[in-house]
Amino acid sequence: MAATVVTITSGKGGVGKTTTTANLAVALAEDGFKVVCIDGDIGLRNLDVVLGLENRIVYDLVDIVENRCRIRQAMIRDKRLEELYLIPAAQTRDKSAVSPSDMIRVCDELRNEVDYIIIDSPAGIERGFRNTIAPADVILVVTNPEVSAVRDADRIIGLVEAEEKGPAKLIINRVNPGLTKRGDMLTPEDVVELLAIELIGVIPDDENVVISTNRGQPVALDPKSKTGQAFKNIAKRIQGQTVPFLQLDDKGDFLSRMAGLFKQGGD
Amino acid sequence: MAAWGKSNRQSADEAKERLKLVLIHDRTDLSQDELSTMKNELLAVISRHVEIDPELVKISMSHDGREQKLTADIPLKTSHRRKIG
Repeated sequence: MAATVVTITSGKGGVGKTTTTANLAVALAEDGFKVVCIDGDIGLRNLDVVLGLENRIVYDLVDIVENRCRIRQAMIRDKRLEELYLIPAAQTRDKSAVSPSDMIRVCDELRNEVDYIIIDSPAGIERGFRNTIAPADVILVVTNPEVSAVRDADRIIGLVEAEEKGPAKLIINRVNPGLTKRGDMLTPEDVVELLAIELIGVIPDDENVVISTNRGQPVALDPKSKTGQAFKNIAKRIQGQTVPFLQLDDKGDFLSRMAGLFKQGGD
Repeated sequence: MAAWGKSNRQSADEAKERLKLVLIHDRTDLSQDELSTMKNELLAVISRHVEIDPELVKISMSHDGREQKLTADIPLKTSHRRKIG
């Protein structure tokens, strides 16, 4: 096994990086892969609560880096999925406790043990961001269809290119079909045109994400959730499969145009 | 350019236009003011060698994927075209 390291980043905070990380990790584990997700947000850990694993933390990423434990000891196994693990961030330290070379070393040690390493990047473009992109094979930039998130995504895409880690791929989160239809929200097509990178997923704005986060149960665990399906589709695309883009809207129109635009097979 | 006059203009279109300009600036580190200064300097240099009509000159930033391009369309005044042969 030689794991693929996927880093989820965005620049702007609050666009859904952690939710995306949790759901992609769940979706890949549901597909039968061995997955470790790493919370790269030292000092502001959250991936543990989003996954519902906060009560089981003993060791964290900084303990690994500072040799207080073995990597295995810091890997919390999920109760719902056999092959899903979390390495939590330290809560009482800051970004400087970990360096880009530490992250590369930790990931290299894991590479022969697992199929996917999914890293949740902190907001911002400083040390924490650099730590999480250093070991990445694939970088996914999460944005929302609004001006500040798109602008920050553009900056991040440029930085990823400058680090020769590109091209990044794009996830557009919190798309509201009603607003889009009315002309009061940028469409996924608009965002792709502005940012000029490959789209790998479109996630609808869904109140169930709030509810599932309250419960620590990522929506990808719910077989009936359309939003969960959107995350599962991204997981399939990460595996190299061609999956048509979902229609977010029952009458569906703009996303069927999206499917045509990107020729991801299907309709 | 943003058409501020239109009241029924949809906000997503405005967002897109504004973002286009902001992203050009962010990617090139060149503001609208700096762009027009550069334009004037370019025109001054070109005018030293050939006659041009500054009104017809178009210098703009565009992008091809994530590549930024400076495009200049500078028509020369026809009366000064040299005869061939």
